Amino acid sequence: MSDNGIEEHNLEHWRNDMGMTITEKILSRHAGLEEVRPGMLINARVDIALGNDITAPIAIAEFRKAGGTAVFDRDKVALIPDHFTPNKDIHSAGQCKVMREFAREQRITHYYEVGEAGIEHALLPEQGIVLPGDLVIGADSHTCTYGALGAFATGVGSTDLAAAMLKGELWFRVPETLKIVFHGRMRKWVSGKDLILFLIGLIGVDGARYKAMEFAGEAAGRLGMADRFTIANMVIEAGAKNGIFIPDDVTRAYVQGRAKRAFSFYDSDPDARYADVIEIDISGIEPQVAFPHIPSNVRGISQAGDVRIDQVLIGSCTNGRIEDLRIAAGILKGRRAAPGVRLIVVPATPEIYRMAMKEGLMEIFMDAKAAISPPSCGACLGGHMGVLAEGERAVATTNRNFVGRMGHPGSEVYLANPAVAASSAVLGRIAGPDELEGGGKS
Amino acid sequence: MKYKGRIWKFGDNIDTDAIIPARYLSTSDPEILAAHCMEDADPGFAKKIRKGDIIVAGENFGCGSSREHAPIAIKAAGISCVIAGSFARIFYRNAFNMGLPIFESGDLQALVSDGQRVEVDSDEGTIRVVNSTADPVRIQPVPPFMQELIRAGGLMKYISKKET
Repeated sequence: MSDNGIEEHNLEHWRNDMGMTITEKILSRHAGLEEVRPGMLINARVDIALGNDITAPIAIAEFRKAGGTAVFDRDKVALIPDHFTPNKDIHSAGQCKVMREFAREQRITHYYEVGEAGIEHALLPEQGIVLPGDLVIGADSHTCTYGALGAFATGVGSTDLAAAMLKGELWFRVPETLKIVFHGRMRKWVSGKDLILFLIGLIGVDGARYKAMEFAGEAAGRLGMADRFTIANMVIEAGAKNGIFIPDDVTRAYVQGRAKRAFSFYDSDPDARYADVIEIDISGIEPQVAFPHIPSNVRGISQAGDVRIDQVLIGSCTNGRIEDLRIAAGILKGRRAAPGVRLIVVPATPEIYRMAMKEGLMEIFMDAKAAISPPSCGACLGGHMGVLAEGERAVATTNRNFVGRMGHPGSEVYLANPAVAASSAVLGRIAGPDELEGGGKS
Repeated sequence: MKYKGRIWKFGDNIDTDAIIPARYLSTSDPEILAAHCMEDADPGFAKKIRKGDIIVAGENFGCGSSREHAPIAIKAAGISCVIAGSFARIFYRNAFNMGLPIFESGDLQALVSDGQRVEVDSDEGTIRVVNSTADPVRIQPVPPFMQELIRAGGLMKYISKKET
C-alpha cells in the first residue's frame, strides 16, 4: 500500500470462464440470460420504476404520446411528489397535479400524497418498496441509493421512465465494475458521508463513469444501513451507473418487517472480474468537506480554514435519516445556532419525523433555533425551503455543490456530514465537533 | 446527417444545474427551459445563440441530475448538436432517447475557438472546421443500437415500432 493507504490494481484482462459480479448477476437474471458481460446491451425486466414531481410529468406526456393507456403493473410504479412539495408555486402545483391525476387514473399502488410522502430515496427502502436483488430504475439520478440493499438501481431520464412504465423493461449496457475495498475502523465523527466524499475526491467526478461501484471489505460489512445508503446515494457524483453492497445480516435485519414480497440476496463470485480494485484504509480518514463548486473538491476538516457561513441544511436523500438527525441532535443539545446562521433540519420521511419527535430530537432542534421543514428535496436543489442569496454560503449534508445548486449562482455550498454541519451551525463557520467547547456529546 | 454551425465552447464537467438550473424545473415547457439554457455557465447564452449553433465541451458533459429538461433546453434553444470529449451516462441516454444529436470527440476542443464554424458529418464520422485546411477530426463511432434509436426518432418511437 502507498502512504495514503490506497492501492490500485489494474486487471486489464479477464477470461470467459470467470464468474460474475453481483451487478452482472442481477442484470442477467432480469434479462433472462445465463450470463452477461460488460459492454453487452440487454433488455431487462424492471421491478420498480420511480418518478417524482419534476420528472414524472415529462414521462407521463411521453407515455401518452406513445399511445400508452395502462402501466405494465400498477404495483411496480412508484410516483412520489417530493421535490417542489408542498407545492412551491403555481407551476409546481400543476406538475404535481399531472402526476396525481395519472396515479389516480392508473391506480398506482405506490403513490404517496403530501403528508405521507417523504424524500423518495429514503421513503422507498423504509416502506419496503425496493428490496435486495431488485432491478430499480428511477427518473432521478440518486436512484442509485438502493444499491445499499444489494439491488441494482440506477438513475435514468423521463423518457426511460415512460418506456419502463409502458413495457416493464428497459435497455441497459452492462457496466464494468470498480471494486472498492474498505479496511480498518472509522474514526470518531466519521461516517459513510466521509468515505464517499473521500472516494469522490480520490477518483474524481467521472472516476467511475458508466461503471458499477461495488463496496467490499470487512469495514464495509461493519457499516450500518444508514451509512450504506449515504455511500450508494453519492456514487452518481463519481459518474457511476450504480453502487452496490453485498447484502448480509445487516441488510436482512433492515428488510425484515418491511418487505411485503419475496427478495433475493446475490453475491459476487470469488473469480468475478473487475475493471479496477481500489483498497482504502478508512482509519486514516477524517471528516471531509467538499468545497465549491464540484463534489470532488474535497478537504479534510482540519484543512477547511476559516469559512464563515450563513446557513446549515441537515437533510436530503443523502443524510436525512433518523441516524443523521440523532448525530446532529447529539451535538446541538444544549447549544444554539450562531447568531446570523439559519439552521434548517429536514427529516426525510414522515416516519423519521415522528421518530425524531418521540425521541425528543425536535425539541433539541427547536432549542437550537432550527427551522424544521416537512420532508422535501426543495432546499437541496435551490427550489424552496432554504434558497441562498448572492454571496451566501451554506454547509449542507446534501450531495451536490455545483454553481447555483442551492440558489443564486453567486452562492456557495459546502458538503459535509451531519456532525460537521451541526458543529458549523453552532460556531458560524465550517468546523468539526472537536472544535466545540466540551467537544461533541454523543 | 450534417450539422453546420457556430461553436460555443465550454470546459469539463458541465453539470445539469449549469445547463438548466433547478429553479426553472417547476415547468417542462421547452420554450421556457430554452430561455434559461446554460444560464449559470454563460449568462445570456440563450439570447446570444443562433439556430443551428453547436456546443463543444470537454469531458463528462451533463453530469449530475437525471433531468431530461437539460437536453430539452439545449434542443429547444436551437442548438443543432453537442460535441464533447465524453458525456455523463444519464445525459447520454437522455439525448439519444429524446433525439438531441450528440457526438464524442476528444480532439476537437484543442483545435477550435468560440465563434468558429464546424461541419459535422455523422455518416462519415467526421468534423471539419469551416474554411480550414486542417484534416477532419474523427467522431467516436456511435454503437449500432444507438443508431437504431436515432433512426427510429427516439426511444418511445423505437419501442412502439418494435411492437408492430
